[in-house]
Amino acid sequence: MSTHPTTDGGGTQDQDVAVVVESVVKHFGEVEALRGFSADIRYGRLTGLVGPDGAGKTTLMRIMTGLLVPNGGRVTLAGFDVVEDNDAIHIASGYMPQRFGLYEDLSVMENMRLYAQLRGMDADQNTDIFRSLLDFTRLGPFTTRLAGKLSGGMKQKLGLACALMAKPRVLLLDEPSVGVDPVSRQDLWRMVQALTDDGMAVVWSTAYLDEAERCESVLLLNEGKLEFDGPPQELTDRIKQRSFRLTGVSDERRAVLSQALDLGTVGDGVIQGDAVRVVLRADAGRAEIGALADEVGAILEPVQPRFEDAFIDLLGGGPGGTSALAERMHAVELDSDIAVSCRDLTKCFGDFTATDKVSFEVQKGEIFGLLGPNGAGKSTTFKMLCGLLKPTEGEAHVVGHDLRRATGAAKSQLGYMAQKFSLYGLLSVRQNLEFSAGVYGLEGASKSQRIDEMIETFELQQYLSTSPDSLPLGYKQRLALACALMHRPPVLFLDEPTSGVDPITRREFWTHINGLVRKGVTVMVTTHFMDEAEYCDRVAMMYRARLIALDTPDALKRVSRSDAHPDPTMEDAFIHLVESADLDDEARANAKVAA
Amino acid sequence: MWSRINALINSRLRAQIAKEFLSILRDPRSRLIVFVPPLMQLLIFTFATTLEVRNADIAVYERDAGQWSHELVARVGAADFVNKLHTVHSRDELRELIDGRKVIAGLDVGQNFSRDIAAGGNGTAQVIVDGRRSNAGQITVGYLNAIAADVGTTARKESQRAPPVVVRHWFNPNLIYRWFVVPALSGILVFFSALMITSLSIARERELGTFDQLLVSPTTTPEIIVAKTVPAVAIGAVLGLMMIGAAAFLFGVPFTGSFWLLLPSLLLFILSVVGIGLMISAVSATQQQAILGAFAIGVPAVLMSGFATPVENMPLVLQWMAQGIPLTHFLVIVEGTFLKAMPASDIVANTWPLAVIALVTLTMATVFVRGRLQ
Repeated sequence: MSTHPTTDGGGTQDQDVAVVVESVVKHFGEVEALRGFSADIRYGRLTGLVGPDGAGKTTLMRIMTGLLVPNGGRVTLAGFDVVEDNDAIHIASGYMPQRFGLYEDLSVMENMRLYAQLRGMDADQNTDIFRSLLDFTRLGPFTTRLAGKLSGGMKQKLGLACALMAKPRVLLLDEPSVGVDPVSRQDLWRMVQALTDDGMAVVWSTAYLDEAERCESVLLLNEGKLEFDGPPQELTDRIKQRSFRLTGVSDERRAVLSQALDLGTVGDGVIQGDAVRVVLRADAGRAEIGALADEVGAILEPVQPRFEDAFIDLLGGGPGGTSALAERMHAVELDSDIAVSCRDLTKCFGDFTATDKVSFEVQKGEIFGLLGPNGAGKSTTFKMLCGLLKPTEGEAHVVGHDLRRATGAAKSQLGYMAQKFSLYGLLSVRQNLEFSAGVYGLEGASKSQRIDEMIETFELQQYLSTSPDSLPLGYKQRLALACALMHRPPVLFLDEPTSGVDPITRREFWTHINGLVRKGVTVMVTTHFMDEAEYCDRVAMMYRARLIALDTPDALKRVSRSDAHPDPTMEDAFIHLVESADLDDEARANAKVAA
Repeated sequence: MWSRINALINSRLRAQIAKEFLSILRDPRSRLIVFVPPLMQLLIFTFATTLEVRNADIAVYERDAGQWSHELVARVGAADFVNKLHTVHSRDELRELIDGRKVIAGLDVGQNFSRDIAAGGNGTAQVIVDGRRSNAGQITVGYLNAIAADVGTTARKESQRAPPVVVRHWFNPNLIYRWFVVPALSGILVFFSALMITSLSIARERELGTFDQLLVSPTTTPEIIVAKTVPAVAIGAVLGLMMIGAAAFLFGVPFTGSFWLLLPSLLLFILSVVGIGLMISAVSATQQQAILGAFAIGVPAVLMSGFATPVENMPLVLQWMAQGIPLTHFLVIVEGTFLKAMPASDIVANTWPLAVIALVTLTMATVFVRGRLQ
């Protein structure tokens, strides 16, 4: 079957097929990025290319734009073979890579003119196109601003404007929502919606599985294989009768989740605010979970299925509910109930205030989340709390120790796990473990005993002499957690611990964290996964260097409940809070002008 | 209580030092990169860095037909460093040959050369040198002068005149260039190796994020600096000893001084270089910046160290600056130890500046790492 426009054997059905993927295979050395699958992408539709990091999304994108040559199979885009008609592909498609090649030292307008010229368009004769693109992206007021000075969301919009310059028939967006806060993300969705309404084929690749639900059609990739092809609804419908929520267990929710996950009939479960959400295995009855609900006095109610849960179900369910790590941890004893506290914490970099008078207290055994758009000051605040930055003003205490004076004492009380795991790639797994034990002052028998414990708990035996760099992602995360917990800290700091991690590994990670918290460990976490905020006992929302809200996830969601959003998600709550903070600022500014 | 604190410090330091050693030496490839290139460079540069002139072409414009003129031209033609003599018959021809880089120098023997000598006076011959190749040109002039002086001696012997002055070079009587170059190169290559290892060390950890991990642990900044210093000094010392060994045993440079004075000087020298490297690393955000920084400091340091041109010939301000370069002092020590059995007092006179540099740079590195926390 051919879809080349010059051969009219295609028929009417093929008229609306934008991209045809035929058993495409791609490998890089030993690594198989794409393992041979076929799919169609249609015009006038938003197609989600969904999967965890390393699933093969970017590889497929780059093959579709003719930047990579497949090892096997065939891909045609807008009727052109991506290998043979490579030049035509560049005209028919617009491609926005993960980091769009914006020239940071050029202004918004100069970037757009440059891309127009690169496309062979005369910038002066196309002012109407420029104007409509600027209107469309709402970048009109910022034409003279340097691209390097734009926020993450605005950069993506400018990238989109440049990619749309030549009016492509197929628009390929590679992870456009990475580093973009929920407010800007909404803008991007709106724009893409308008484009597909005009008949363009838009491919949106993403590792956020919740974004899949917004797409009209989804290609779900995992480890180079196509796991699902169709409307997201179709996949979520598979678990429709099997998704339940246990409410009324707020104090015991972590224990209930752990118990529920250990049931044979429960395939997957997460914490959602005060409630526990579970998915039963296919063909499993609800007797077991019903009995558990009765036992703990919870109300069991069916809920709307979610795409991420369906994905986990497709892969055969998540991990169990018992954390071998937490089993071994001793219950944490602290002198005070306050594990972490800060008062009027302020950090200025020159004229710029990154954190402005932030105060809060974190109770012992609490999961405390710091959320906020990029540049809101959450990382700065986080870094001050674990001693990586010195506050300009105010103070921070960890387990009663002032981070300014008793640095060593405070630091031995905290464990820290950074975003990229921060392991020594030049050392072996065992050497990494030995290093973190040694650097926290463990010696002799207790040192080797702890190390052996960690190896056993996280099943690291087979990898001891390999480098952490070559570990599978899940094991890398286990090792990082083992290193952070070697000295049994009462407070654990997690800086975006699960970004780029597949949902199953993420669930395993949270099983450990939940277990630790039940032993009295206090957890401070920053995350940009809104779903993960649901695991927190309380969430501090930061915006423009200030703390704009601090409450339980459910309370935050309740505030944003409206007729439009009767059952708001964390993301809705986030958008609501940021928007009302903007309104407050505006009102204050107006009041000042009036006065 | 104290013993417990001591034990804690020791275990933290031990863990970090082990980590640093492993980071450099665990991987066979990085092991090769640390040791093989500097040793290769020693071998290659020893032959490449030579100031001797060989295979030179000389133009001769002989306007005199006398005995002494023939004698001079014959001796030039027979000299080791000369490849070929080009006989020319006019000044213009001579100019052309120099312009076209066919010859490095031209010898113009005047009409009265032999007559003047026979009359008991001085014969005068002119040497015209290609100034574009000033260094080789000057050396050629030196060689030609020596030949001319030789001819003069012969002439005077015949006329029973006073004996001429004879130059003797102490410590390196035959002026074997290698004797000077190999000890100096071992200093320079150790300097660069230690600078590179250390300037990358903090920057690499910062790039990987492990530096944050280190900063949140109870370890202190001086501990971090000490942990990064020890392996670099050890590896630098091994490298330095290998090179000194190669100089003495492979290249046959006479080792006249005391090894037991050289060894501590070598360690102090590396320590001061490590301080500079860590300073660069502490202010660099990425490994790329660190490498650029290392070159920005390293290349001028080598050029001003007295290896290429004597420090005493530099302007006074630059002479002061040269005192801040560890290599300046170490070159004096290593040359002196090899060739002139430098006594302990002279060595100490050059080691205390190294100690001062080490103290200052390591303190600065500590301050910079701490400053990064602000």
